[in-house]
Order: sequence, then C-alpha cells, then structure tokens
Amino acid sequence: MMYDVEKETLPREELETLQLRRLQQSVERAYHAVPFYRTRFDELGIRPEHIKRLSDVAYLPLTEKQDLRNNYPFGLFAVPRENVVRIHASSGTTGKATVVGYTQRDVRNWAQLMARSFMAAGVTRRDTVHNAYGYGLFTGGLGAHYGAEQLGATILPVSGGGTKRQVMLLHDFKPTVICCTPSYALHLADVAQTAGISFKDLSLHTGIFGAEPWTDALRSEIQTKLNLTAMDIYGLSEVMGPGVAMECATVQQGLHIWEDHFLPEIIDPETKEPLPYGETGELVLTTLTKEAQPLVRYRTRDLTRLTPVPCRCGRTHLRMDKVMGRSDDMLIIRGVNVFPSQIEGILLETEGLAPHYQLILHREASMDTLEIQVEVNENIFSDEIKHLQRLERKLQKNIKEFLGITADIKLVEPRAISRSEGKAKRIVDQR
Amino acid sequence: MKVEQISVFLENRAGRLCDVTKALSDAGLNIRALSLADTSDFGILRLIVSDTEKAKAVLKENGFTVGRTTVVPVEVEDTPGGLNAILQILSAEDINVEYMYAFVQQSGQNAVLIFRFDRTDQAIDVLLKNKVKVLTGNELYTI
Repeated sequence: MMYDVEKETLPREELETLQLRRLQQSVERAYHAVPFYRTRFDELGIRPEHIKRLSDVAYLPLTEKQDLRNNYPFGLFAVPRENVVRIHASSGTTGKATVVGYTQRDVRNWAQLMARSFMAAGVTRRDTVHNAYGYGLFTGGLGAHYGAEQLGATILPVSGGGTKRQVMLLHDFKPTVICCTPSYALHLADVAQTAGISFKDLSLHTGIFGAEPWTDALRSEIQTKLNLTAMDIYGLSEVMGPGVAMECATVQQGLHIWEDHFLPEIIDPETKEPLPYGETGELVLTTLTKEAQPLVRYRTRDLTRLTPVPCRCGRTHLRMDKVMGRSDDMLIIRGVNVFPSQIEGILLETEGLAPHYQLILHREASMDTLEIQVEVNENIFSDEIKHLQRLERKLQKNIKEFLGITADIKLVEPRAISRSEGKAKRIVDQR
Repeated sequence: MKVEQISVFLENRAGRLCDVTKALSDAGLNIRALSLADTSDFGILRLIVSDTEKAKAVLKENGFTVGRTTVVPVEVEDTPGGLNAILQILSAEDINVEYMYAFVQQSGQNAVLIFRFDRTDQAIDVLLKNKVKVLTGNELYTI
C-alpha cells in the first residue's frame, strides 16, 4: 500500500533528476535569503551555480545544531515572517532551544510525508490512531496528527502524560494504531499490567515508534508485550519532524528516506568525509523542499548506513538502517567505544530483562567506572539472593564478553529510573 | 502445610522498608512473620501476612516488585535441640534448606520455623512421617 505511488516508486534516474533540480533551488534560496549561509558559502568560495551534479553537495558546508542555536531564534528563516505559519522548537535541555519554521506549503508537505509514512507502516484510513507523542513545540505530536488526518484515519490527540488515563483510552476507544517513543510504549505496558489490562484484549495492530534509537531486541520485546507490529519511524525537528524516513511493512528492513524531499549522505563523524553506501557513519540531510528554513547538509548525529538495494515493496527510495546510536551519545569508557544500544541489546539477551536501564559514569582516581542500573521486574525477581547475584554476575560477564569493559551492575527497584514521556535519558555522565 | 509467602525487592535506601509497612498498614494488613535478607545494594523482604492476595496487590500498586513463594511453617517445642532435631531429619533425606527464619509464639511454649526448601513436597512428607507438626496457613495466620 502506498500513499503516493508515483513519487514513491519514481525510477532512480528520474528521482535523481528531481533531487538535483530541487537541490539547486534550495541552495539558491539558502544562499540568497539566509545571511548565515551566504557567509559560509563565501568563506568556502562556493556559489549555488557550482552545484551541477548531486555529488557536488559534498562541497557545501555542513550545518551543525550549534549553528541553529547561534542563530536563535529566527536567524535561519529564509522567508518573511508573515509567511511562517508554524514554529516548532526542541526542548533545549542541552542548551538554547533549536527553532524551526514552516510555511503553509512546508506544513502540507510534512502532512503528506507523514501520511506516506503511516501507509508504509500498514495504516489505512479505516484505522484509529492513538497519538501519544507530545503536542506542543515538540514536532512529534502535531506531525503525526496532521499526517493521520491527511491519510483520513481517525486521530486521537492524546499527547504525552497521564499514563493511567491513556491505558483507559486504549481499552475504551479501541484504537488500532499507537504512536509514541519506544520507551514510553514499554512504560504503557507496565502501567497496563499493573491495572490488570492485557494488551491481548486491546485492538492495536501497529505501533509507530520513533524519536529515540532502539534496538531490534527491544522491538521484539515491545511486539510481545503490546501484541502489535512495531514499526520504526525516523525524523528530526531541525529537518522537518517525524516522517523523514519510514520502515515499510513489507520487509521491515531499513527505513525509506523520502528522497524527493531530503538528500541523504553518510559521513565519517571524525573526518567529516563522505562514506560510500553500506558504511556506517553519521547521517547528513539536506532539505530539498523546505521553504521557511532550508538546511544544507545538516549533521543529524545519528549513526546509520544507507543501502541502495531495491526493496521488495517497490519503493525506489534509499533505505537507512535502524539508527544504532548517536555520534554524540557514543561513550568512550577506558578507551572503548560504547553505545547505549549495545548495552540494551545485552540486557535483552540476558534473561529478557526489561530494558529500563541507565548508564552512570564516574571517574575514580583517573579511571572511568561504568555502573549499569537495571530495574528488577517480576520476571527476574527471586526471593533468593543468590539468584539475583547470579543474574548480576551473568550480566557483568556478558558485558565484559561483548564490549570488553567491566561494569558494576546495580539492580534497582521498578520505576527507580525516571521515565520521561518523551525520550529516555540513558546516560548520566559524572566524569 | 504450604503457606504463601510474599517477597519484596528493596533497594538499600533509608525509608524503603517503612514504605512497605506503611502500605500494608494503610490497607489494614497484619504481618504474621518477616525476615529481611540483604546485600550491600539491595534487600529482599519476606513476609507472611494475613491476606497474601491483598498484600500483593497493595504493594504492586505502590510500585514494588513482588514475588510469591511457597514456604513450610513447622512448630517445635521451644527447648534446646528443637531446631536441631528437625534439621537432622531433613539432612538424613538430603533436603536442602534454601533459607529459614523463626519466631517464638506469644504463649512462649513453642517456636515456629519457616522454611524454604529446594524440594518442598518431599520435605513435608519427611517431616510428617517423623511426626513433626507442620502448620497450615490458617493455623499460622491465627497464631
């Protein structure tokens, strides 16, 4: 099932011709309407007319999150303020918020791409979508909302929070699709279980989960606990919001990047050199149609790889792997590179531990120490201390084996690790 | 003969034990027996209460991880050698005691030992064969 068959199955050659034309227009607009880009281009001696082929994108300057902060709030807008119909912003928990503007056409494109994404996941207009992404400045809520409406589905604008009430709504309104972060999905499962409600008795068949990296092991866990097919959606507010890329229900292997609107590249996060298809690196996106705020080579910090291998679903758009982590989330512990997603995988492989976990880093006498707090659920709890200690040792051993580092495992009570309604905070770095 | 015991996972933090007893107290539940096993990081509280189901529900509602195990309460005379006599019987049959705790009854005549065995059914058989008084749930709750 495709929402926009023509665009989604455009032959590669035509797709690339369209991309080049749009890239040229977009770069032109950025150069002439955004002083920040004009300065950057001039510094590098690049002019929009130098872009003759798609690969020429590599000559353009990279845009960093810090650039958005430096131009806070509206410095990167490329249209007069009266043409901006919507503004979103990130939470700004790690600094000044990053602000994004949309014209009417940007909002319309976004809704189309979200509708496309929903349909790729197997959602139709007959579905009812329980949207638990936060509404407000965060792009998740409204992005999914407009997309579901565009598709013609029934939308329940639940937003984040009030988990007990959400469980009640899932039970009473019988939605068939749910949208939220993967960690919130698990939280919902916990709360439902406490309330004596089984997801087996609910009507959900599909979950659309995004906004944080998650592993395939976590996907299985969620599928079992919530009794649905868990689909991965990708997006980021700086570029648009959710719906930049979406997994197709046909193969569930990689997310199709909607290439008629975004030009993807993979770079080495250290050298910033472009990497060929198949190699893992940082995803860089250039917007091709964004009017209010075109972004040139935006460094997403998300680590993934691209494959040009044609997909059985018939879509011609490139696929990216499930994001394995963030280049800025990569921990270097005693010289070893570690991603939270790797720890998550090990936890899930060890006795199916519910992946509510947190990594706490300390430095003791110039040595890094890693403590992994893991919540104890009923499946692993035992009234005998030796069983719990055996579990701690097993986890420690598996982590040592897979990652080569020694971690202190600390079992903690359920809900000891704070649940955020949005993205899970996995790392506490106290070094 | 077999009695339900609930166990609760506790982090070693001030006030956590109190949170359990408060939840039980608010629900009007009486603790019949308890034992607390601890390591440097966490503890396991084992409880026998007047209403296992209710206690389990109340503690879960309060966010605790709760488990349920079958234990065997045995009554012995509160005199030297009482516990030893029982352990001799079990040892002869190679039955392992995973853990145990004990309390003395209010009347002061007898002690109650609560056992968790590796092989619960065999343990009960052996004890009964040796004329040891194994209590039922009702007997224990009404002590």
